[in-house]
Amino acid sequence: MRQAHFYTLYRPKWYRKRVSTWWWAQQWRSFKFILRELSSLAVGYVGALLLWLLWSLVRGPESYATFLAWLRTPLFIVMSFIAFLFVLYHAITWFNLAPKAMPLRVGGKRLPEWMIAAPNYLVWIVISAAILWLLIGRN
Amino acid sequence: MAKRSNEPFLWSLFSGGGMIAAWMFPALLFLLGLAIPLGWLEAPSYENLLALVRYWPVRLILFGLCSLPLFHGAHRFRFTLYDGLQIKHLNELIAVVCYGSAIAGTVLAAYILWNIP
Repeated sequence: MRQAHFYTLYRPKWYRKRVSTWWWAQQWRSFKFILRELSSLAVGYVGALLLWLLWSLVRGPESYATFLAWLRTPLFIVMSFIAFLFVLYHAITWFNLAPKAMPLRVGGKRLPEWMIAAPNYLVWIVISAAILWLLIGRN
Repeated sequence: MAKRSNEPFLWSLFSGGGMIAAWMFPALLFLLGLAIPLGWLEAPSYENLLALVRYWPVRLILFGLCSLPLFHGAHRFRFTLYDGLQIKHLNELIAVVCYGSAIAGTVLAAYILWNIP
C-alpha cells in the first residue's frame, strides 16, 4: 500500500521534477489505474443504497415503496448503470490481483495465478446466484 | 524510530471490504439499480424482505456488507485524491472526511439493523 508522505520542516530540498496533475491521463496503464481507483465512488454509492433500503424497511411499507420509486427515476438508473460498470471493473481487477497480492506456494513452487484467481470467480458466481435467489426467487 | 502507522489496520479493513464489494456488489447493484427499476424482475415484497432481514445471521452479513466496503471505498478514494489529483496539502482533512463518512455509515448501519421491527 502506498504510504502517506508528509512534508517536514527543515529538510534539505532535492531536485524533483514537477509531476503534472494530469499524469494519469498520459498513459493507458495509468488511466486504467485511476479508473480502478475511482470505482471507490461506485462502492460508496452501493453502500449508500443499501443503507437507504434498510432504513426504508425500518420505516415501513410506504417508505419502501418510495425507495423503489426513487430508483426508477432516470437519474438513479443512469447513476446505477455507471456505478454497475465500475463495480464490475472493481470485481474483475480485484480477483485478478489476488494471486499477485497473496501468492501461495506448494512444495516451494508458486501456484499458477489462475489457480488462485479461479476460486474467486467461482465464489463470485455462487454468491451472485444466492443473492438472486434470496431477493427474487422467493417471490 | 519510524513513526508508528495505522496503515496495517486500515489496510485490513480495506482488503476485507474490497473482497465483499467484489463478491456481492455487482449482483446487488444489478438487481437494485437496474433489473428491478427497469421492470426486468419484480421487486421483493415488503413482507418478504423484512422477514429475510429479521434473521440475525442476515443482519450480521448486512452489517459487514454496509460497513467494510465503505472503509474500502474511503481508503481508495483518499488515495485517489492524494496520488491522482495530488491534493497533498489537504491530506489530514481528506482522511478525516473519508474515514469519518465510513465510520458514520457503520454507526448508521448498526443503528438501523438493531432497530428492524
